[in-house]
Amino acid sequence: MSLAGFASLIASPAFAQEVPEQSVFILNSLLFLMSGFLVMFMACGFCMLEAGLVRAKNTTMQLTKNISLFSLAAIGYYLVGYNLMYPLGNWSIEGVLSGLLPVTAVLEAVGVAPDKVDDLSYAATGSDYFFQLMFCAATASIVSGVLAERIKLWPFLLFTFILTALIYPLQASWKWGGGFLDDMGFLDFAGSTVVHSVGGWAALAGALILGPRLGKYKDGRVVAMPGANLPLATLGTFILWMGWFGFNGGSQLAMGSVGDVADISRIFANTNAAAAGGALIALVLTQLLYGKADLTMVLNGALAGLVSITAEPLTPTLGVATLIGCVGGVIVVFAVPLLDKMKIDDVVGAIPVHLLAGIWGTIAVPLTNSDASFSTQITSIVIVGAFTFVASFIVWFVINKIFGIRVSEEDELAGLDNSELGMDAYPEFSR
Amino acid sequence: MKYILAIIQPGKLTAVHEALLDIGVSGMTVTEVQGYGRQKGKSEIYRGAEYTVHFLPKVKVEVAVTAKMAGKTVEAIKAASSTGKIGDGKIFTFDLQDVKRIRTNENGESAL
Repeated sequence: MSLAGFASLIASPAFAQEVPEQSVFILNSLLFLMSGFLVMFMACGFCMLEAGLVRAKNTTMQLTKNISLFSLAAIGYYLVGYNLMYPLGNWSIEGVLSGLLPVTAVLEAVGVAPDKVDDLSYAATGSDYFFQLMFCAATASIVSGVLAERIKLWPFLLFTFILTALIYPLQASWKWGGGFLDDMGFLDFAGSTVVHSVGGWAALAGALILGPRLGKYKDGRVVAMPGANLPLATLGTFILWMGWFGFNGGSQLAMGSVGDVADISRIFANTNAAAAGGALIALVLTQLLYGKADLTMVLNGALAGLVSITAEPLTPTLGVATLIGCVGGVIVVFAVPLLDKMKIDDVVGAIPVHLLAGIWGTIAVPLTNSDASFSTQITSIVIVGAFTFVASFIVWFVINKIFGIRVSEEDELAGLDNSELGMDAYPEFSR
Repeated sequence: MKYILAIIQPGKLTAVHEALLDIGVSGMTVTEVQGYGRQKGKSEIYRGAEYTVHFLPKVKVEVAVTAKMAGKTVEAIKAASSTGKIGDGKIFTFDLQDVKRIRTNENGESAL
């Protein structure tokens, strides 16, 4: 095309006004796919963060749990989860429980023609499935860090399967599947509550049944158990931070218009601002409180900032997004020692980061979005929290009664790498 | 002959090595060690919980020298490793009964 021809095309009203339907379909699907693989890499972020914050003798086990849970989520979500989460209007109990059939997720046919796709006005089913599966897997990743260094491999994976196939998708259907929380006007953009708090509640229930690590609370004192590899923990945090652009940006759920693309851009910038706010406030607070900055708290602070902005990454200004993230960072710095006082042993700080900052982020939505109300947000937090905590507690309790979820004292002291797997992370290092 | 064993701050190893080279000490053995003295470790805070590091990292330097060189060697190690602060370490001197160089079968001072 000549330059003049190109110029006349730009000037033509049809081109300036809207994007053709098939292009919208392609752009929306592209958003899901790109965001999906960014969120997929968050699995690596969680894995590295946890590998860095456990002691060296439990490294191989933490890596094993992370890759296994991520893979298991793909099975649970395929078999039951996806259709449980997206009933597409076919409820067996209106707004609460999906029609359940077909149970397994089904994709569009190979080489499908435009008139045969599930929804030409939206996006490819496969792209949506892939994107949503990654969220489900992220929820499961949150659990493993809290319970690290003392839980058996197989009971943990059994819980992961139930979480990803049933617990997560069921409560997610209440909001994202168009269920009763959605009808109530509950707003949770990318899942401060639906994903992060749910992971946190499930982990909290597990931590209460599992108990703290041996020697963690001795004679009324908290015994610090420093992580073995802070470069890995920092790498993991940066990977999560990057993945979050897909997590929040992709949750715009559409990229076929100028407005959508501009919104996604706002979301990226706000997401980054909140992470920075959370990290910096933790840096400053630990310096002031303890006399020395604590890197692990700065890492948690960045993640708490990210979780805080996840419920509403679009409407805040950059300044407000930074402040929302800062509050998340403050929560972490005070909640980590508080949990220790309550003798709840959370190895990586996932309960303050995902559960508490998730609650804060969800409550903060009405500050910048007039469509949300504090009462609806809080009611929804309570409903999702109560359901997830009780369901998880029952599942943990039953698994513990049948199989026992905790390794023996001797095995815990030796480290799970040796006792459960017989494989050191660094076999050539002396200890 | 004297056997000199020094426990020093890890960061002072290079300075001690150079000082010993300067006065002509012909060999040294270095080990990374942990331990405590009157300082009894140190307190740090991890994620809001105070904890004590009971054994601090140090470097152990061992050299064998002639009796004539011993004083000079101890002085050189001391000068190179001193910061004046707590935790600088200690230098121990032992009488050395004999030395054998394995390759040549030499004994005594000629084996140093």
